[in-house]
Amino acid sequence: MTEQTASPKTENEVNRREFLSKGVAIAAGTTLAPGLFLHQMSQAKTADEAVSDKVRWGILIDANKCADDCSDCVQACNETYGLSGHERPATDAQWIRKVTVKDRQTGHVTSLPLMCQHCENPPCVDVCPTGASFKRENGIVLVDKHICIGCRYCMMACPYKARSFIHETLEDQKAEAPRGKGTVEACTFCVTRIDQGEETTACAQACKHEAMLFGDLNDPDSALSKRLKDEPSVQLRADLELNPGVRYQGL
Amino acid sequence: MRRMTYSEIEGKGIGFYLILGVLGAIILMGLGAVYHMEHEGHYVTGMSNQVVWGLPHIFAIFLIVAASGVLNIASIGTVFRKAIYKPLGRLSALMAITLLLGGLMILVLDLGHPDRLIIAMTSYNFKSIFAWNIILYNGFIAIVGVYLWFMMERRMQKYYPYAGFVAFIWRLILTTGTGSIFGFLVAREAYDAAILAPLFIVLSFSIGLAAFILYLMAAYQLTNRPLGDALLMKLKNLLAVFVGAVFYFVAIYHLTNLYITEQHGFESFILSDGGIYTGLFWIGYMLLGTAVPVFLLYCRKMSEMRMPIIAASVLVLVGGFSLLYVIIIGGQAYPLEIFPGKEVSSAFFDGVVNPYTPSIWEFMLGIAGVSVALIATILATRVLPFMPKSLADKDVDPHAA
Repeated sequence: MTEQTASPKTENEVNRREFLSKGVAIAAGTTLAPGLFLHQMSQAKTADEAVSDKVRWGILIDANKCADDCSDCVQACNETYGLSGHERPATDAQWIRKVTVKDRQTGHVTSLPLMCQHCENPPCVDVCPTGASFKRENGIVLVDKHICIGCRYCMMACPYKARSFIHETLEDQKAEAPRGKGTVEACTFCVTRIDQGEETTACAQACKHEAMLFGDLNDPDSALSKRLKDEPSVQLRADLELNPGVRYQGL
Repeated sequence: MRRMTYSEIEGKGIGFYLILGVLGAIILMGLGAVYHMEHEGHYVTGMSNQVVWGLPHIFAIFLIVAASGVLNIASIGTVFRKAIYKPLGRLSALMAITLLLGGLMILVLDLGHPDRLIIAMTSYNFKSIFAWNIILYNGFIAIVGVYLWFMMERRMQKYYPYAGFVAFIWRLILTTGTGSIFGFLVAREAYDAAILAPLFIVLSFSIGLAAFILYLMAAYQLTNRPLGDALLMKLKNLLAVFVGAVFYFVAIYHLTNLYITEQHGFESFILSDGGIYTGLFWIGYMLLGTAVPVFLLYCRKMSEMRMPIIAASVLVLVGGFSLLYVIIIGGQAYPLEIFPGKEVSSAFFDGVVNPYTPSIWEFMLGIAGVSVALIATILATRVLPFMPKSLADKDVDPHAA
C-alpha cells in the first residue's frame, strides 16, 4: 500500500470548511431548538410517539391533607378499572388502598393511600421469571398479561403489598383495562389515560382534598418537581433504595 | 465383594396393582382438584393476596429439595468413592428424577396459567432466580438421566464418575437456587438471608436421605429382597448427622435474627406467639423432627432395631415439612413492615397477621405430586433393573468403604 500524501490545505479551503460546518450547526440549532424546547414544555406525547425516559411519572401524596374517613381515590380507581369485588376481601383485587398509620410512641394517626410505588429498581421486575413484570421507559411498572404465568413471585417480592392476583373469573370488564384470571395486576398509574394525553390519574383527580399531585419527576418545571424541591417528602421503605415514583409528605 | 446384580421388580401380585391403583386414584383426584382450582380460580384455595404461596408450594419445595438430597446416596458412592453406597446409586439417581418431577408437577399446576408452561420455558428474565431455577431443574433431569445411563450401560461405565461429579455439583447449585428463591427476597422479614441457601442444602441432605431410607426399606420388604444391617446402619448414622446439621443452620438463622433488634418482632412471632407457626416450629420441627429422631437414631438400645429407623425417618420428613411450612407460610403470614415502628391498619390486611387455612384442593394437589413421584419410581423399577437383587451384608461388604 502506498502512502498518500495530502496536499497542503490553503487557508481559503480551511475557512470554507469551518464556515460550512458552523453554518450548518447554527441553522440546525435555530430550527430544532424551539421544537425541543416546546416539546419539553409540553410534556405530552402524541399517541404514535414511543414512550421515552425523558419523562418519569410520579405522584406526591400529602398525608396531612388526606382525610381519615375519605376513600374517594380508592373508589375512583375501582370504578375506572371495574375492580368491583366479589365481597371476598382476602382475594379481591385492590390497586389502591387507604392505610391508617399510628405512631406507637406519640399516638399520632395518619391516613394515606397506598398503591404500586412504581420503583426505579422494582423488585417485582427483578424476580419475574418470564419478564412479564416490566418497567416502562417512563417509569411506570406494569404486568404484561400475555406472558404472566401467574406464579405470584412478584407478590412475594413487593415490599408494599401492591399487587393482586386475579383469583376468579371476571365479568363486565372495562375495555380500556383488560384483566385476566390467573395473572397478577397492580396500579398502572392510569397508563392508558396518560398515553392519551390526560394529565393526571383517576385517583388524583378524584381527591377533593388535593392530597395527590401527579406529574413528571424529570421535568424540573413541573408542579410536582417544584413541590418536591421546596418541601420535604419521604419514600416508603427508603432503606431498600428502590427509588419509588410515589413520595409522601406528613409521615 | 461379589459382583452386584440388579433386576427389575417382579410386579405381578395383587399388592403391586393395589399400590398402583391407590396412587393412580390419588393422582386422578389431584388432577380433579387442579381442574376445580383453575376453573373457579384460586379463591377456592386458602391462598390469597396476602399469603400467595400455600400448601402446594410446601409440597413442591419439599419434593424438589428431597430430590436433590436423595442424589447424595449416589454421590457418596461415585464422588466420594464409598463402595458400600455404590449399589444404591441407580435407585438414588432414579428417585432424584422422580421426586423432582412430582414437585415440578405441583408447582406448574398451581400456576395461575399452567397452560403457559411453554412461555416459562422460552421467555426468560435472567435476573430472576426463578428463571434460573427452571434451567436448573431441566438441567438436573438431563444430567442425572445421563448419569443413570452411564451407570447402567456397561460400555459407558468408565465415564460414569465424571457424570456423577457433574450431577453432584449441579445438585448443590440447584438447591442453592431453591433456597435463594427466598434468600433473594428483600421485602420480607423472614427472607432476605444468604443462610437460606445452605440451610436448604442441608435440609435436602436430611429429608432426601430419610425419603430414600423409607423407600428402600419398603421396596425391599415388599419384593422380598434381602437388606442387611450393615448398609442400614450406615444410612441411619448419616441421617443423624444430617439432622444435626439442619439444626445448626436453623439455630444460626434464628440466633442472628434474635441479635438484630428490627427482627425481634418476627422472631417472637415464630418462636413464641405465632400460634400454628410457633407450634409447628417447636413441636413439628424441634421436637418431632429433630430431638426425637436423633434420640431414636443414637440410642444404643435401639441401634439394631428397624422400627426406630423407620420412625426416625418418618419424623425427619415431618420435621422438614414443618420447617418449610414455618419458613414459607409463616414468612408470609407475618405482616410486611412498610412503616417500621408504626401501627398499621387498612381494609387490605395491613399490619395484621395474615390468615391462611389450606384447602382440601391444595392438599389433594400436594399428595398427587408425592404419588406421581412414587408411581414413577415403582414403574421405572418394574421395567428396568434399578434395584440390586440383594443388599445383604455379605453382598455389600461393609469393609470396602
